[in-house]
Amino acid sequence: MSLITPDFGLLFWMVVIFGLVFFILAKFGFPIITNAVQKRSDHIADSLKAADEAQARLAGMAEEHARMIEETRLEQSRILKEASQARESIIAQAKEEAAAEAAKLLEHAKVEIAAEHESAIRDIRRQVAMISVEVAEKIVRKELDAGSGQQDLLDRLVEEASQAQIPN
Amino acid sequence: MKRLWLILFLLLPVLPVRAAGDLDMNAYLFGHVGDAYEWHITTINEKEIVIPLPCIVIENGIHVFTLHHAAENGYALNADGKLVNAATGMRPIDISITKNVAGLIFDSILLCVLILLCARWYKRHDVLKEKPTGIAALFEPLIVMIEQDVIKDAVGPEYKRFSPYLLTAFFFILINNLMGIFPVFPGGANITGNIAVTGVLAVFTFLMVNLFGDKHYWKDILWPDVPIFLKAIPIMPVIEILGMFTKPFSLMIRLFANMLAGHIMLLSVIALIFLSAAMGPVLNGSLTVIAALFGVFLDCLELLVAFLQAYVFTMLSSVFIGLAHQKPAHETN
Repeated sequence: MSLITPDFGLLFWMVVIFGLVFFILAKFGFPIITNAVQKRSDHIADSLKAADEAQARLAGMAEEHARMIEETRLEQSRILKEASQARESIIAQAKEEAAAEAAKLLEHAKVEIAAEHESAIRDIRRQVAMISVEVAEKIVRKELDAGSGQQDLLDRLVEEASQAQIPN
Repeated sequence: MKRLWLILFLLLPVLPVRAAGDLDMNAYLFGHVGDAYEWHITTINEKEIVIPLPCIVIENGIHVFTLHHAAENGYALNADGKLVNAATGMRPIDISITKNVAGLIFDSILLCVLILLCARWYKRHDVLKEKPTGIAALFEPLIVMIEQDVIKDAVGPEYKRFSPYLLTAFFFILINNLMGIFPVFPGGANITGNIAVTGVLAVFTFLMVNLFGDKHYWKDILWPDVPIFLKAIPIMPVIEILGMFTKPFSLMIRLFANMLAGHIMLLSVIALIFLSAAMGPVLNGSLTVIAALFGVFLDCLELLVAFLQAYVFTMLSSVFIGLAHQKPAHETN
């Protein structure tokens, strides 16, 4: 048998057999296997992607968490600062008001004292004037008894007394 | 234990070996790598153990007989060992189940059973919940490797259409190569080292390439992008059309020659044992050891070649199919 001349019988059977094997395996064999493997590798790829996303989300959440803590801390210090500011301002205001009140009272007292003082002086003056008039009356009465030319003096005294009247 | 083996091994050359008769090297070699009308397994004490195979001949009707009864049916073997009409000496249409055909049938059934069992596993199991076991675990890495690394890369985005054919070709060649190395029945038939077998495989690849080639492929063959004077006298189209046939032709020759060469090499090394039988026990014994060691080496090499040739055939088929589907260069660049 020559090695390089293809034999018809073998050619025929090879076509038949290989055709059959091809048909069977291409229809019932390899597509099932490759599809299943493809399905699995797709599933693995999807799962990996999902895991990646979950991890990214987790990292985002941790970041968010840290950010929130930071914000809370800032808020806390701001509130504390505001509170202390409010306290100080209230105290300062109270002090100011107290000082103003005190000053007002003092002023009032001063005015009153001044008024009292004035009226006391006026009283004293009136008393002094009355006393002076009485004294003068007594002296004048005595003088009048003594001389005629006393009429002039009397007039002059009356004049003076009227002028010495308190303006009010 | 190791030392015992070593002693036995060293004693081997001096063991007396009964010299066999003269070895007809031609009959020995071609009997093993060639085709035959019956499957000769071995000869024990002059008694041949042979599996008779049906000879089927079409000449004025279909005649079915075994070689043993060929003469009764009016047929005889010619000098090439083919059935001829005893009266006229003409070759009839001969579709006998020869040794190679029987081997092909056996290997094909084996392949179908293995792959269908594997497919059954995937049908019966949820692939998302279980990892492959048993036969699926055996075949899956191989199938995935061939499909993803060879077919997908070479064919391109349309690889799904062609992967059943390419996978079939790969496993068909692989199982026939491996069974060819296995020396005991039902292995040992030189199937992929037969030009008819590789030729049919090459024709299938040729059909796959050319029946599904797109218009760019045909334009590249019939009106390629070359200066006009190369097309006016159709030098380039002629070369391209020739190329359509040389590609599968090279596939055919490569597989055939590699497998045939492997078988002949192994057989030649084994033949050393019988050839040296006449040269005395010492030389014969030494050569036996050498031949056995060399045979082990060659068998390992053949295992590699069996896989490699199946791989190369599949890869080149994928590349040829891919070439028939690629975008023209000036569009992609």
